[in-house]
Amino acid sequence: MTTREIILARLRAALAPAPAPVEAPREYRRDAPVDLDRLVDRLTDYRAHVHRVAEPAVADTVAAILPAGATVVVPPALPPAWLPATVTARSDDDLDHTTIAAADGVITAAAVAIADTGTVILDGSPDQGRRVLSLLPDLHICVIRTAQVVANVPQALSRLTPHRPLTWISGPSATSDIELNRVEGVHGPRTLHLILLP
Amino acid sequence: MSRTFLGMPTTAPKGVGHLRGAEPFPAAARRALSDAQLRRNLGHATATIRAKSGAVVAEVPDWEQLRAAGSAIKADAMARLPELLEQLEQRVTDAGGVVHWAADANEANAIVVDLVRATGSDRVIKVKSMVTQEIGLNEALEAAGIAPVETDLAELIVQLGEDRPSHILVPAIHRNRAEIREIFLRAMPGVDPGLTDEPAVLAAAARRFLRQTFLSTPVAVSGANFAVAETGTLAVVESEGNGRMCLTLPRTLITVMGVEKVVPTWRDLEVFLQLLPRASTGERMNPYTSMWTGVSPGDGPQEFHLVLLDNGRSAVLADEVGRQALHCIRCSACLNVCPVYERTGGHAYGSVYPGPIGAVLSPQLTGVADNASLPYASSLCGACYDACPVKINIPELLVHLRDQAPHPRGESAAMAAAAYAMDHPALYAAAQRATRLSRLTGRRGRGLPPPLSGWTADRDLPEPPAQTFRQWWASR
Ligand code: SF4
Repeated sequence: MTTREIILARLRAALAPAPAPVEAPREYRRDAPVDLDRLVDRLTDYRAHVHRVAEPAVADTVAAILPAGATVVVPPALPPAWLPATVTARSDDDLDHTTIAAADGVITAAAVAIADTGTVILDGSPDQGRRVLSLLPDLHICVIRTAQVVANVPQALSRLTPHRPLTWISGPSATSDIELNRVEGVHGPRTLHLILLP
Repeated sequence: MSRTFLGMPTTAPKGVGHLRGAEPFPAAARRALSDAQLRRNLGHATATIRAKSGAVVAEVPDWEQLRAAGSAIKADAMARLPELLEQLEQRVTDAGGVVHWAADANEANAIVVDLVRATGSDRVIKVKSMVTQEIGLNEALEAAGIAPVETDLAELIVQLGEDRPSHILVPAIHRNRAEIREIFLRAMPGVDPGLTDEPAVLAAAARRFLRQTFLSTPVAVSGANFAVAETGTLAVVESEGNGRMCLTLPRTLITVMGVEKVVPTWRDLEVFLQLLPRASTGERMNPYTSMWTGVSPGDGPQEFHLVLLDNGRSAVLADEVGRQALHCIRCSACLNVCPVYERTGGHAYGSVYPGPIGAVLSPQLTGVADNASLPYASSLCGACYDACPVKINIPELLVHLRDQAPHPRGESAAMAAAAYAMDHPALYAAAQRATRLSRLTGRRGRGLPPPLSGWTADRDLPEPPAQTFRQWWASR
């Protein structure tokens, strides 16, 4: 017997006689209207910075966040119009980890945002890039459109493709490991800006 | 062992891992109870988390519906465990991962050691995982000349402090900021000698210390919070970003998971991702959750190994009442509301799984004889059941296990009484007053009055604190 067969045989023996099938009740909320103010409230509560601007103002918003001369890394299909002339952008053509870590920031789009929980989700699409891109720089600017915002977690899961590498981000990196108080800033980006477009 | 027995449900082996304490609960608890600093740290931390969690649970109008769904999904998963694991294996393999099966801790450790050796690295980065503590993976790696680096802040505190974890979620919950500063100053290479005990400064020190290690280590070991059979997707829920580092930067990723972590469908995550953060850290959502399916070409580890571990779980599954302990999503809510845990801390439970869930899970994984006192480490007050996001009926399980525990009659009754008293301030206060009185009158020993005397007849009662439990309870 292989270990695999042994384990499966043990589990089958443990379940004999077969338990009655269980149907999970799903009476929790799914349908709910999207409340953008709630998204902003939740994100602010996590000490993320939220900017609500129209799309043509994205570059100016980025310019106000980053000092002139800053270097950012960006995914290959980030809209060029989002980048101000004041920063140097390195598009990710397989940049090495050291180069990404040395950047002053990263700018990405997102796939979905959840108002109830203040979460943005990246799925590795070409305007969001590899996971490492949004991980190593200390500052992350994430641009999201209103049409990408859903009300709750069930709505978010139904929009996502499971096979993509997914990163759910709810505020800047934080820890509760010291006396159970949330402290911002451990290994991920310590500063998170959300630019919310109409 | 004959072939017939190989396929029968089996408990976790002795001599490896951390499911059995060096001494029974009462002896360990006695020492913990006399540590005033420990009790202060625990009291402060659990009170903080109870308040936070209570507030974010209260704002969810369908919390009870979510709990009901979570409980039923887990029951369904356990009822179909063999087929779901086969499905998971197929999906992970289809997506470019390699699945390994480990019957016990020794097999899992050997698999991981071999996989790390194959990478040529003498170091692995680790993201906090209960299961790798359960199997004693770090010891196995060290014995093979491989250095495991814990990257979770609390695990790092425990590792640098040469300490043991005492809480599922916050393994260093027994340490306050001043103690953490001292540990860092003593044991963290290259630390700034001017380090203060500001939590943000301590966190920044860990960031600096680990950054180069993250960037230069080619292999990581993780656990998993959930594994979706339908899609082959693994999920890790975390806060600091050390999980993302481990799951993203290395060339090779090895994930070790207990077989009970599998859930049937993608959609099931919508239930658990609502329950877990609110019940555990008291947040609407934890800062980071990573999900991956096999290997993503050009993004993250290009080699992925999933180790599926039994190590006593089949024995738990074999008990119709006991198997609900496998529903646990390791949120630690039951620890934070438990009056016994709050007083004794996690070390007293011996196993890596402390608190109410540990009191029912550890004895089942090892066989009740090896953790016979744990089912008595509770007052049966029911707070754990109310707090549990997947509605595990821990009091029912405790009673069920007490029936099986070959425990000295006098001691078991007395332990249950002592635990009961910890939850009933008036009784405990009376017992403590009696104890103080007995000390004042100079009588020998520091025993408790009946019925608690059975517990203390052959051992000293913890030094009564200057402040009685009841005064302290009232002043929290
Ligand atoms: S038993 Fe329930 S409350 Fe306790 S850690 Fe597990 S899921 Fe959380």
